[in-house]
Amino acid sequence: MSGTITNLSRRAVLMGLGAGTFVLAGGLGPAARAEDSPKKYGGDAMPGGVKDDPRLFVAVAADGTVTILCHRAEMGQGVRTSWAMVIADEMDADWAKVRVDQAPGDEARYGNQNTDGSRSMRHHFQALRRIGAAARQMLAQAAASQWGVPVAEVTADHHSLMHAASGRRLGYGEVAAAAAALPVPAREALVFKDPAKFRYIGRADIGLVDGFDITTGRATYGIDVRRENMLYAVVARPPVHGGKLVHYEVDEALKVPGVVKVVVLNTAPLPSGFLPKGGLAVVAENTWAALKGREKLKITWDDGPNVRYDSAAYRAELEAAARAPGQVARNQGDVDTALKAAAKRVTAEYYIPHLAQAPMEPPAAVAQVTGDACEIWGSTQAPQTTRETVAKVLSIPAVKVTVHQTLVGGGFGRKSKPDYIAEAALLSRAMDGRPVKLTFTRTDDLHHGFLHTVSVERLEGGLDAKGKPVAWLHRTVAPAINATFAPGVKHEGASELGMGAVNTPWIVPNLRVENPEAESHTRIGWFRSVSNIPHAFAVQSFVAELAAAAGRDPKDFLLDLIGPGRQINPADMADGWNYNEDPVAYAYDTGRLRGVVERAAKEAGWGKPLPKGQGRGIAAHRSFASYAAAVVQVAVDAQGKLTIPRVDIAFDCGPVINPDRVRAQLEGAVIQGVSLATLGEISFKAGQVQQDNFDSYEVTRIEAAPKDIRVHLMPAAQYDAPLGGVGEPGVPPIAPALLNAIHAATGKRIRSLPIRDQLRA
Amino acid sequence: MITFTLNGQEQRFEGDPEMPLLWYLRDVQGLTGTKYGCGEALCGACTVHADGAPIRSCQTTLGDLAGMAVTTIEGLSPDGMHPVQVAWRELNVAQCGYCQAGQIMSAAALLKDTPHPSDEAIDDAMSGNICRCATYPRIRAAIKRAAGGAQRKTASSGSAK
Repeated sequence: MSGTITNLSRRAVLMGLGAGTFVLAGGLGPAARAEDSPKKYGGDAMPGGVKDDPRLFVAVAADGTVTILCHRAEMGQGVRTSWAMVIADEMDADWAKVRVDQAPGDEARYGNQNTDGSRSMRHHFQALRRIGAAARQMLAQAAASQWGVPVAEVTADHHSLMHAASGRRLGYGEVAAAAAALPVPAREALVFKDPAKFRYIGRADIGLVDGFDITTGRATYGIDVRRENMLYAVVARPPVHGGKLVHYEVDEALKVPGVVKVVVLNTAPLPSGFLPKGGLAVVAENTWAALKGREKLKITWDDGPNVRYDSAAYRAELEAAARAPGQVARNQGDVDTALKAAAKRVTAEYYIPHLAQAPMEPPAAVAQVTGDACEIWGSTQAPQTTRETVAKVLSIPAVKVTVHQTLVGGGFGRKSKPDYIAEAALLSRAMDGRPVKLTFTRTDDLHHGFLHTVSVERLEGGLDAKGKPVAWLHRTVAPAINATFAPGVKHEGASELGMGAVNTPWIVPNLRVENPEAESHTRIGWFRSVSNIPHAFAVQSFVAELAAAAGRDPKDFLLDLIGPGRQINPADMADGWNYNEDPVAYAYDTGRLRGVVERAAKEAGWGKPLPKGQGRGIAAHRSFASYAAAVVQVAVDAQGKLTIPRVDIAFDCGPVINPDRVRAQLEGAVIQGVSLATLGEISFKAGQVQQDNFDSYEVTRIEAAPKDIRVHLMPAAQYDAPLGGVGEPGVPPIAPALLNAIHAATGKRIRSLPIRDQLRA
Repeated sequence: MITFTLNGQEQRFEGDPEMPLLWYLRDVQGLTGTKYGCGEALCGACTVHADGAPIRSCQTTLGDLAGMAVTTIEGLSPDGMHPVQVAWRELNVAQCGYCQAGQIMSAAALLKDTPHPSDEAIDDAMSGNICRCATYPRIRAAIKRAAGGAQRKTASSGSAK
């Protein structure tokens, strides 16, 4: 299995694998497979849609080598492996003869390539099966024609075709050329493999296609790309978002050996969207010289309107907003009357600061401008957005921008924004078309990010005399992602509110969700799990607080609040978004939420006695059309030192394609949840980020990671069932389960993140 | 001029002795397996071996290296079959993979000095290496597996080494 990540342009597909030796990448006719439907959901609703033409994604060489093209960004979710597993399985290919290549960014050709929203498999599993089945049927037809027998008598058998009656057999490579000349079977004519006969799908022992390269240092990320005659650049950007260059002196910088040029980059007006922040770029013969040169710049900035952004003051603003009525996002019953009549009222405010994605590979890319064209080699989750943004800053057509997708050294949402790639493109043009590698230092990454929002979540609940919840009021206040892109945005969007604020399935007769205004003063963007993090943190903490007020076991109370298993149309919970999935096929299934709660509790030994100073907490959350519940077990010693001996996470994402990668994603999600809950904080003073590197923006290291993480995957009924997401939904329940466990262990309720030293005696 | 060896090859460097080894490896030598992650020895992505000991190449200047032998991930084994690399692949440790070269170099150095490390020794040796994908549980498991593998290999070959 080759793991070298290369990019296959159309020309390479046609010519590069050995002219005339392979096939299923023959001439492409017009793509006519999109089905007409009034309202589109899922992958079909994405720009570019989903493509399932096998000629786009599969090539079979005469020697039998099957090359599968992956068009998703590989950023650790293992998609290059899982993607190939599905196609190879459906086409009955021998895994040992499969290699994976990487598609360049080309949405018109390959369909939507945005790798975010936990939707690679959710949107593509069935299309990948169709691709594999079509390829298999074309190969079978070619063999049938050669033998002069009906295709119905030909069976595919692990990289070869068999005619049982005559005992004849042909390898895939032997019929590849003939198969390439055949028409692609209609979707209705495809015959899928019996899932009982899957060789790879659902198997847990498939090695990563990039495993060898990664463990030997050969894997190439955006930051690793080298081009002939390449220059290296770093940028001094305005320290306050929206600030501009006023005055600068570059003489000292230019004296640094290796520094070639200092380039002025324009600052885009606010809201600046994906555009770069502008500033002064130092271009040099190597990164070290560029860094030294940048230190020698003397710059005066006009800080602009966000200079007063101060996290402590802003928190007070959010709290004030949360204590007054705001725009109603969902309303049922009469919350105010019910709260007044309640036997017991509970009020709590939760705070979670900004977070930075801080992928281990900071934003980096290489660009080369040639005339009115630009080539990009970079880590990006969004090749199409990259093309459009580069085209915009260079004033060239997007089709003139070629994006070669490298491995992505961690994304978590940061690399959905191509500001850094646009910088590289501008610098290559400024250097007369020499290739330029633009690197963010870690400090650049933390100071010039697209941060996870900051929020105050205020909850008020009412219990009747028997401890039954009768009223639920949730005010969520947070600057919105849309404020990064459009002026005057002060409310969370439908997608943000639909990430666990409005769409709670609680059995509570009176329920209202409000979204008071919040102004944005920095760039807000997607962070793995997005608004599910603050909403689940607050909602699932509050459920445990209500349980405590009712004198009930938190798990039993949570199950009662969820109620019996039923299918809820998300629109009935004021969620018209539902991750852009069909509200019927992807209804909110409370039975599945109950299922993960019960499974996590059972596996974790919920209710079994623990030593003094230890406790368990539980939390559950639906996001990205998947259901996750976690039981976190903590130990807090006399000095207030927190350790996490064990986490059980139960997960229901429907059909599981690559169980090993699903487990890996959940292991990572658990620890990233622990990290943001215990340590994560980006704060501002005078408009500037206060954290400079991993000493001040701390993240969980190995010694603080839970000692024992147990992942429990819920069995799926069948492979035709809708798939949920995997990359993100493991994160949201972790922080509240951890906080609930701390409460169980110590009696202390932490409502302000990060935990940091709040437990210290 | 500074003389040292890099993956067994003698190097003579006549540039700025203050240049960090990291940028020399990546930009001058084109050995991009060693990663930049923080530039301040806080994350371990740039870990290489100097005379067998793990060092952060972002904080080690070429001047510091005079006469030393540097090994990078590219030179850890000729065929990628170091027991740590093998264990890493067998357990599918990597997610995005970016920090893994640094993790592997730290783990290999640990096992050289401590063939059968305790959990605490593993945490101590690996706490300088951040993984944002949080592959830590599998890193722990892979180090233990590599330790076992090294033991088996030694036993079967009869070598004392």
